[in-house]
Amino acid sequence: MTVHPIIAALRRHKAGVILIGLQIALTLAIVCNAVFIIGQRISRVDRPTGINESNLFLVTQQYVGAPSSDTKAGADKLDTMELEDAAALRQLPSVAKVSVISSMPLLNSAWNGGMSTKPQAKSGFKMTTYYFGDQNMLSTLGAQLVAGRDFNAGDVQHAGFRTDAKRPVVIVTQSLAHKLFPNGSALGKTVYMDGSGSPSTIIGIVKRLQTPSTSDWASSFAYDSTLIPTRKDAFFSRYLVRAKPGQMKAAMAAAHDALFKVNPMRVIDDDMGIRSFASIRAEAYKQDVSMAILMGAVCIILLALTAAGIVGLTSFWVGQRTKQIGVRRALGARGIDILRYFQLENLFIAGMGVVVGLLLAIGVNQWLVQHFEMDRMPLGYLFVGVLVVLVLGQLAVFVPARRASRVPPVTATRSV
Amino acid sequence: MFKYYLQLAVHSLKRYPVLTGLMVLAIAVGIGASMTTLTVMHLLSGNPMPGKSGKLFYAQVDADTDNSYPHKDPLDMLDYRSAMDLWSAHKADRQTLIIDSSVKVVAPDSQLPPLMRTMLSTTSDFFPMFDVPFQYGQAWTAEQGQRHARVAVISAALNRKLFGGANSVGRTLRIRGADVRIVGVLAQWRPSPVFYKVVGGRFGAATNGRFYGDTEDVMMPVGTGIDLNDGHFEPFTCWDLPEHAGHLTHAGCAWVGLWVQLDSPAKVTAYHEFLTHYAQQQKQLGRFTHTDVRLRDLMQWLTFNQVVPPDVKLQTSLAFAFLLICLFNTVGLLLAKFLRRSGEIGLRRALGATRASVFAQCLVEAGLVGVLGGIGGWVLTLVGLWAVRQQPVAYANLAHMDLSMFALTFLLSVLVAVLAGALPAARASRTAPALHLKTL
Repeated sequence: MTVHPIIAALRRHKAGVILIGLQIALTLAIVCNAVFIIGQRISRVDRPTGINESNLFLVTQQYVGAPSSDTKAGADKLDTMELEDAAALRQLPSVAKVSVISSMPLLNSAWNGGMSTKPQAKSGFKMTTYYFGDQNMLSTLGAQLVAGRDFNAGDVQHAGFRTDAKRPVVIVTQSLAHKLFPNGSALGKTVYMDGSGSPSTIIGIVKRLQTPSTSDWASSFAYDSTLIPTRKDAFFSRYLVRAKPGQMKAAMAAAHDALFKVNPMRVIDDDMGIRSFASIRAEAYKQDVSMAILMGAVCIILLALTAAGIVGLTSFWVGQRTKQIGVRRALGARGIDILRYFQLENLFIAGMGVVVGLLLAIGVNQWLVQHFEMDRMPLGYLFVGVLVVLVLGQLAVFVPARRASRVPPVTATRSV
Repeated sequence: MFKYYLQLAVHSLKRYPVLTGLMVLAIAVGIGASMTTLTVMHLLSGNPMPGKSGKLFYAQVDADTDNSYPHKDPLDMLDYRSAMDLWSAHKADRQTLIIDSSVKVVAPDSQLPPLMRTMLSTTSDFFPMFDVPFQYGQAWTAEQGQRHARVAVISAALNRKLFGGANSVGRTLRIRGADVRIVGVLAQWRPSPVFYKVVGGRFGAATNGRFYGDTEDVMMPVGTGIDLNDGHFEPFTCWDLPEHAGHLTHAGCAWVGLWVQLDSPAKVTAYHEFLTHYAQQQKQLGRFTHTDVRLRDLMQWLTFNQVVPPDVKLQTSLAFAFLLICLFNTVGLLLAKFLRRSGEIGLRRALGATRASVFAQCLVEAGLVGVLGGIGGWVLTLVGLWAVRQQPVAYANLAHMDLSMFALTFLLSVLVAVLAGALPAARASRTAPALHLKTL
């Protein structure tokens, strides 16, 4: 079949062709970019935290009438209270492990600092987030140690929340270790924190441990965590608890009661006090998830709308040309020839739409890069988008085209 | 004639109910999506102090002596000493300090457990400067502020919670163990965004929805606030760690905001000079290393802080592109439909109908689709705003359609209807009668 008659026919429907072509172009541009945004959000939500996320929950509580942590006596008293709490939690039959900890991945409550390989540095810091806690931090989180050793009870000290205690030993993540010591192992090396002159020795390296912050500005050091074996004593404390498999619910309920039994002078918030890691994760990424859902919905509606538009327009064209189809059939064209004609016509219109749409898609992406600090879209998205739009066009055109192919040759002899 | 055209239009639309439904739905969905996102945009990018925002300025000087980073802009907040120096100079028509912290609040004569609430330490100018409405009582006086009087103004929400909404002026509040007397209760006040405490927005634009939350529940004079809550202040940032964290008055920390009201352009220039002069003087004294100052007006400060979250902007652009596609879709379908009727139109033309009357007839049919779509769009906008209110964002409960947005929805529907109708109608009215009569 030659394309000549198709082009000749299209020339007589310029407005309709341009409109459907533009609709296809815009749909392609938006769907490509929307799918790209969905992909980016999903990869953000899916990035691993480095911890074993199942059966994990966090208790955040405040003491009422607690002593000030700025005095030695106050800090000691608070530390005793924390240890009592942790011990009570550990004794619960549904609990496997407990750690006193300052924060956890995705919690969006972070203590950030700068690390340097030189003492009293003024610049050249590597940003990091500190996790303060006891010797059970790593094992309760379920993060994987790849070199060196975990903290032991002898490493652990305690200090008032605002007191600057020495930090003789630390564990860092592989990512931070590599930034600090690009040429060789960081194990056993000395680092200095926040421009201080007191040295800390890296005794262990963790494979991966995400920082608490999920905001954009912290994304450059999202995996650069530092673990410090110091319990930070304050009027509030956090306990990370790993429940025994299948006993999560029981453990969360029991934890609440157990803490109040140890000391009723405390506040545990009804919603935010005892949270499963799953809920912490959902909270951290709720914006990304809702954006991805929205984009997905937009894509589906747009594709459906474009398909409906193609069906509608082609149906009218078929109706309009019934007589001509009859003539062609009478002159010997088979049903399949008529079907192919409409399919090819659609391919032609969609093809023109796709060419414009590709340019538009790249333009929209460029605009997003400029105004929304988004990444450049890989060409794969465009390729898939084009394929989807062309296939959609063929599917949409099939129903009216088949109807056209069934027009009997006798129509030619009838008056319309 | 119009009535007849309307009858024809209804008849024609009824002939293809699926197609009509599709066109109406396309316009409705397009308008619903655009208006929902536009209403949210309108809400977030609005001026929280209309008529006055051009006179309110946020003052910045750069006290940070850490030279390990390029000082492109002064820090978003001031250190205590600079703030007090600038405030007590009283060089502006009005000036007020902003310090945000949280406190434990108890009403001794109520049975409620202690509440953790946000506290604003500010100065007496705050209330007239930002047109803060009072329900009972009034602000503290400048003199009370001077002598660190134990007085407080509370929000309508806290008054409801603690005192059931009754006039609580003269009653006592225990804040961090000290008794303060309530001198005023605010009426409902919800500037959007809570502009006076917007800082650091450019560092995490994705979460800037946080600026649209509630105002503080307790407001106290700066001196009193620092007396009572010392040790619990959070700095914006520090270049020189405080000896005792939380005690920031003598530390190298930025934690105080300074707003000034300047009633004339001359005063703005003069105040800018005053700031520059202050910075230079402090450099000579060896306290500053940078003399950069900024004096942005309210709207400039909000723009600088990128208060409208990028996700919201993105959604709005997307919605309008969406509307455009819906429009193309409807125009295409209408066009095909009208051209299908070429024979009928040709006959009418041959019988003497003018082009204008054919155009009018087609436009009425297109307009009807537009109006139906517009009504659907308005309903979908209400549904969309309801959906926004279910979102876990600080501005969720603000998402309502106001009068101007209602009018805009109406306008947009009409515009879309005319746009969707005009081209197909014009094309149909150009039908050549002779050609189509032949094919009949």
